[in-house]
Amino acid sequence: MDDAERAVSPAPGPVDSGRAPAGPPVVEAMGIVKRFGPTVALNGARIIIRPGETHALVGRNGAGKSTLVSVLTGLQAPDEGTVTFGGEPAPRLSDRDAWRRRVACVYQKSTIIPTLTVAENLFLNRHDHGRNRLISWQGVRRRAQELLTTWSVDVDPQTPASDLSVEQRQFVEIARALSFGARFIILDEPTAQLDGAAIQRLFDRIRDLQRQGVTFLFISHHLQEIYEICDMVTVFRDARHIVTAPVAELPRTELVAAMTGEAAAAGRENRASTLDPGATAALSVRGLSAGTYGDVTFQVGAGEIVGLAGAAGSGRTEVAETVVGLRAGATGEVEIAGNRPRPGSVPAALAAGAGFVPQDRHHQGFVPDMSIADNSTLSVPKRLGSNGFLSRGRRDGLAREMIERLAIKTPGPELPVSALSGGNQQKVVMARALADDPKLLVLINPTAGVDVRSKEFLLGKVEETADAGTGVLIASDELDDLRMCDRVLVMFQGRVTNEIARGWHDHDLVAAMEGVDLDA
Amino acid sequence: MPETVLADTTPPDAAPAAVKQPSLIGGRIPLARLRDLALVPAIVVIAVVGQIVNPVFLQADNLVNVLQTMSEIALLVLAQTMVLIVKKMDLSLESTMGLAPGVAAWLVVPTGAGHGLGLLPGAWSVPATLAVGVLIGVVNALLIIRFGLNGFIVTLGMLIVLRGILTGISGGQTFFQLPESMLYLGTAQWFGMPASIWVCLVLFAVAIVVLGWTSFGRSLYAIGGNVDAAKAAGIRTDRVLWIVIVAGSLLAALAGLLLSGRLASVASAQGNGYIFTVFAAAVIGGISLNGGKGTMFGAFTGILLLFMIQNVLTLAGVPAQWIGALNGLIILVALIISRVTGGKVQE
Repeated sequence: MDDAERAVSPAPGPVDSGRAPAGPPVVEAMGIVKRFGPTVALNGARIIIRPGETHALVGRNGAGKSTLVSVLTGLQAPDEGTVTFGGEPAPRLSDRDAWRRRVACVYQKSTIIPTLTVAENLFLNRHDHGRNRLISWQGVRRRAQELLTTWSVDVDPQTPASDLSVEQRQFVEIARALSFGARFIILDEPTAQLDGAAIQRLFDRIRDLQRQGVTFLFISHHLQEIYEICDMVTVFRDARHIVTAPVAELPRTELVAAMTGEAAAAGRENRASTLDPGATAALSVRGLSAGTYGDVTFQVGAGEIVGLAGAAGSGRTEVAETVVGLRAGATGEVEIAGNRPRPGSVPAALAAGAGFVPQDRHHQGFVPDMSIADNSTLSVPKRLGSNGFLSRGRRDGLAREMIERLAIKTPGPELPVSALSGGNQQKVVMARALADDPKLLVLINPTAGVDVRSKEFLLGKVEETADAGTGVLIASDELDDLRMCDRVLVMFQGRVTNEIARGWHDHDLVAAMEGVDLDA
Repeated sequence: MPETVLADTTPPDAAPAAVKQPSLIGGRIPLARLRDLALVPAIVVIAVVGQIVNPVFLQADNLVNVLQTMSEIALLVLAQTMVLIVKKMDLSLESTMGLAPGVAAWLVVPTGAGHGLGLLPGAWSVPATLAVGVLIGVVNALLIIRFGLNGFIVTLGMLIVLRGILTGISGGQTFFQLPESMLYLGTAQWFGMPASIWVCLVLFAVAIVVLGWTSFGRSLYAIGGNVDAAKAAGIRTDRVLWIVIVAGSLLAALAGLLLSGRLASVASAQGNGYIFTVFAAAVIGGISLNGGKGTMFGAFTGILLLFMIQNVLTLAGVPAQWIGALNGLIILVALIISRVTGGKVQE
C-alpha cells in the first residue's frame, strides 16, 4: 500500500515547470545551530526538501522539530548555519512578507483569530480598500470566496472563525498560506486533534495540492501517517539530524530505532489477563443513555483492561466522561467498585474510587502555571494534611514519588507543568489519576500528541496498574492504545456494536469502528 | 487586485453564498448585525416609558440635556472601548479627565485666585490640557508595552497617583476663573446644539468608521482576538497598542476639557468614580473584557441607555439620595437585559 501511494503522489504539477527532481531544493537548511541559554535546541541540524515532495520530519518530543520550524518560517534566526529557498538565501527576519511568499506553517496552535470572520482572517492586514481608502467588505468577502473556491475549501467566508471545526480551521489556514504565494507548507502535527475520517479528508487535500505542485513538510507522531502520505522522511534526535531516506526504504522498526536511538521492541507481547473474577467489578454500567449514545451496558472487572473504541462522534468519549461524572443528564446506572456515585459529579466519582485522564490535557488535564507537585496532587488534598491545611512537605514527597514512578523528566516537583514537553505533561495528568490508588482508571485518548517512547511508557504504566488489581477503561480510537486491552468494545453511532477479544487484527477493529462488516 | 473595480459592485457570488447559507445556521449574518443593535429595542422601551412617566422626556430640550450630560463620559467610553478591544484596560482615564484640565488651570489661572500659578497666558490652556493627556498616555504605554507590566495594575496605580497630583496642585480646592478658551467647547452652541454633543457624536462616527472600515481599526480586533496571529499577519502590534493607549488618554483629556468648560471650574475630584460607569456602559454595549469583540456603535448605545434611564428616574422624582443605589441597580439590570438580548455569555 505504501508503495502504491508513492507511485501516485509525485505527479508533476501543471503550475511549476521547474519541478524536475534535479531542480534546486525548495528549502535547504545546513548546519543549523540554535541555542536557548544553556540548552542546545539544534546542533548542526540539516534538512533538504525537494520540490513537490511531502517530507516527514519526525523525532521525539524535544528533538528540535519545533525549533527547526521556527527557523524555517523565519520566526527565529539560527545562531549558525544557512537557510536557502530555491537556491536563494533566506530573507531578513523583519521582512515578513518575503517569508510568507516562500513558506507557511499551519501550527498546532491556531493562528486564526476566533472573533473575526473567516474572510477577515484570510485577508487580515491586507484588506481590499475601496476608492475612499476605506475597507471594502464586499471586496474582502468576494476575494475570500474566490480563494476558498479555488482551493475547494467548503467554508462560508462569513462564518465567525470561532465556529470552525479544527479540520475547517486547518483548511482555512492552508488556503491563507497559499494565497500569499507560498508553495511550501509546513504542517505541524495536523492530525493530532482530528478523528480518522477527518484525517483521511486532510490527506486527500494534501494529495490534491501535491498534484498542483505544493511541497509539504509534515510533522507527526503517528508513524502510520508518514507511511501513508509522505515520500521522504528526516529523523531528528537530540537536536541532531540522524537520517534522511525515502519512506519506502526505511522499514518501521528502523525508523523507530532512528528516533529512539535503540531498537524498539517489535511488538508488544500479549499480556496475560489479570482479571480477578472474584472481586467486585471495578465498573459496571447498565443501560446508560444520553443524547449522543444509548443503552450502553458493560462491566470492567478488577484487574481487567477494557477498550472502548469508536470513531469521533461514536459516543465513546461521552460514555467515558459520563462514567467519571464530567457529564450529567444520562439515564441508567454507573457503579464504580460497588458504589453508586451521584451522576454528573466528578468529586463523587473520584470518591467512589475512580481516577481519570481527560480527553484534552490542555483544557481539562492540568493548570499550566501550577507546579508539577500541585497539579499531581490536585485531586487528593486530604492526603496532604488535615483540617484543610496542606503540608508542603507531604505534597512534595508525594509528588517526588510520582515523578519517580512515572519517570517524569524534570529538575524537581516545583517546575510549572507548562515547561514540560507533551509526553511529560501527560505523565503528570496520569500521575494525578493514579495519585489516590484508584480502583477504576478511565483514560480518554491517553496518548494523543505524545511521542513514541512516552507512549510506550504510559501504556506500560497502565498495564502495571491493572496488574495491581485496578480496572481500566480506555476510550480511544488509537489502535496502539487498544492493543493491550483484554477486550475491546466498539461503539458505532452511539451504540455498542461489537465486542472483540484480544488478538484482533487492525483491519477488524478499524472496520468495526467505521461500521463496516468485513464478512458481508 | 484593482481596488476600484471591486469597490462598489455587487458581489456576483451572492447566489452561491446564499445557497450555502442554510447549512451554516441559516441567517447568521443578520444575527451578527442584530447583536450590534441589541440595545436599540431597550432604548426605545425606555423612551416610551420616559414619555409616559413625564411628557417632558421626549422634548428636544430634555434630550439635548441628556446628550450633553453624557457627552464627556461618552468620550471616556469611546477611549475605554478601544483599549478593551485590544485586550487592555485603562482605569486611569477618569483621573486623566480631572488632572489634564487641572494642570492647565493651575498653570493659567492667575495667582491670588485659589492655587493658580498664572505662568501661562490663557490661550495655552487647551494645548496644555491635551499635552498632559498625551503625556499620561505615554507613561502608561511605556510601562505596559515597553516594560511589560500588567496594564490593570499600572493604570490602577496611575489612577491613584494622578488623583493625588490633582489634589496636591489644587490644595484640595476647585479652580475657578478659567480662561475663555477653556470654557469654549463646554459652553458654545453649534447649529443650535451644544458643541460638546457635536464633538461627542462626530468622534463616535469617526471611531465607528475607523474600527469598522480601516486596516488600523481591524488590527485592534486582531490584536485583541489573538495577538500572536496578529503579529504573524504582519501587524505591528506594539505600535498599534501605543497609538490606542495614547489616543485613549488624549480623549480623556478632551473629555475633561468639555466637563471643565461646562461647569466653568475644575474640581479636585473631577471624574471621580466615572470609570465604573464607563466599564458598565462598555460591557452593556457588547464590548468583551477579553478583547477582540464589540463595536463602537454598541458602546455608544450602552452609555446612551444608562443616561436615559437615569434621566427618566430623575424626571420621575426619585429622591437624590437614592439615585446612587439605583444607578448600580440599573447597571446590573442593563447587563441582564443585554445578556438576554445578546444571547451570549458575557466574559
